[in-house]
Amino acid sequence: MIYHRDMTKESLLVGNGAGFSTDYTDAGIAVVDALVRSGKPAVMFYEMLAERTLAIAQRERIADPEGGYAPHMVDALEPVLGTCVANGIPILGNFGSANPMGAARRIHRIAREQGIRGLRIAVVEGDDLRDRLQRIQMSAWEEEAAPDLETLKIISANVYLGGREVAKALALDPHVVVTGRVTDSALALGPLIHHFDWAEDDWDRLAAGTVVGHLLECGAQVTGGYFADPGWKDVPGLDRVGYPIAECHADGSIVVTKPDGTGGLVSRRTVIEQLLYEIHDPAAYLTPDVALDMTEIEVEEVGPDRVRVTGAKGHRRPATLKTTICFDGGWLGEAEISYAGPNAFARAKLAKETVEKRIAALGLDCRLRTDLMGFVSVHDGDGGGLAATRDGSACRDLRLRLAVDAADERTVERATRELEGLYCAGPAGGGGVRRRHSWRVRTASCLIPRESVDPKFRLVTADDV
Amino acid sequence: MTSDALIEVALHDLAHARTGDKGDRANISLVPYDPAAWDFLSREITAERVAQWFAHRNAGKVVRYDLPKIQAFNFVLDGVLQGGVNGSLNLDGHGKSLSFHLLAMPVRAPRAIVDAAREARRR
Repeated sequence: MIYHRDMTKESLLVGNGAGFSTDYTDAGIAVVDALVRSGKPAVMFYEMLAERTLAIAQRERIADPEGGYAPHMVDALEPVLGTCVANGIPILGNFGSANPMGAARRIHRIAREQGIRGLRIAVVEGDDLRDRLQRIQMSAWEEEAAPDLETLKIISANVYLGGREVAKALALDPHVVVTGRVTDSALALGPLIHHFDWAEDDWDRLAAGTVVGHLLECGAQVTGGYFADPGWKDVPGLDRVGYPIAECHADGSIVVTKPDGTGGLVSRRTVIEQLLYEIHDPAAYLTPDVALDMTEIEVEEVGPDRVRVTGAKGHRRPATLKTTICFDGGWLGEAEISYAGPNAFARAKLAKETVEKRIAALGLDCRLRTDLMGFVSVHDGDGGGLAATRDGSACRDLRLRLAVDAADERTVERATRELEGLYCAGPAGGGGVRRRHSWRVRTASCLIPRESVDPKFRLVTADDV
Repeated sequence: MTSDALIEVALHDLAHARTGDKGDRANISLVPYDPAAWDFLSREITAERVAQWFAHRNAGKVVRYDLPKIQAFNFVLDGVLQGGVNGSLNLDGHGKSLSFHLLAMPVRAPRAIVDAAREARRR
């Protein structure tokens, strides 16, 4: 059904359909339906690109020149593309990853398959600096040392573009905006800049728009996901959690909500937890568009699943842009074996000591860690300091985990083989061995002058592909 | 027992928390269920005490940022990810579970504050 949309500029609804690359791919459907029902101007955004995801995508593109975009983009867009096009709801996403043009061609294929005519896709490029890195002056990001370009095996290097670039892409009047690396919050700020025509130095409004993006960019994390703690913080219907919608006004005031009839929860508590998520100094959250100060923000419940956020302050944007470089990080080997029943703790501990001694005797060049899962694991440090203060003798279902890190696959394989050997040669009743060796990507960040970046905007129609 | 008698509880009974990560740095927000706990937590849960509680994770510098308007604290912990998501040997390289290590910290709190938090959780 197509509703008449009120195209006045008083408000803009911003919906989110994904908060990371492997998020639920049906999440956007209920959000799009709610945006259509509202009859108000609206946009939809998908955040599907983590720091190291780009390096993995870059490798895929090398293997397949048409690949290298977000792997679940198609599953997320297929159910909503036609509805959004028919109702004038632009879709924005960083699902372009290492290949924004490849992503645009793939979205046109969805349109052809579904009989959607006249699709217009705006592509933002210019974030990929891999071939130009040597000629750009870099400075240190926070307290990290600047990466040494001579010695690292660089796989990808991408600068974080901002909301201003996303707004410029929207000025081409597309149905879909495809970007590579942009600051996550820019996918919401860009449409707000475009819709309300916010000036480049309207710092408080740009700050408010950044808060919208920051609160929504992790999808369900503001609507009851990553929150439920039964008996302490209960969340209804987590299996059908609704993804967020922000009702945004020209003055920068916002209300965070979610589609009627979905599960989850929007409360003062869910919003405050997400407001501080991945924040260091709350007075200086730096983005390409503005330096956001959260310290005066107020959060108020104004109705069921409706939370108003006001008071964001903005300061002049930084002169530099953050760039993340991904490079070869060697190999991680993991192997596990289970012990259960009477005296399981003693048997698992003996297995742990045995595998540690055998790997030490091999003299391999690797870092190593062991855990007894079911006793103490994820909270412990690599040295086992927490486990040493506890007694696990009552634990009766344990899994010994070995993790090794080395420059090459051969070394980690040699080490994890020692755990598999416990099947026959270790303590009694050991079972369920699993081994996994994965190539690692490491990242380093640096700052580059804003002037060294030259973003490009391209409109791709069905005739172009 | 009077309302200012001290009882030992886990921080989990007084506040909720969430972890985020960037590189080799984690942040953990700490939000009291009831405003009555703000002053108490502000005195008790210092950056030094949190650094000590995460000593087995090689915590380096720990900074606490206070946000009185939304009644929240933000702890930023250097080094606790022991290599960050891309370099860690820990099963949870992001450190997403670490908020519940903070909430496991034992505190001796006035009964009135513990009761107020329990009431606030039910609201």
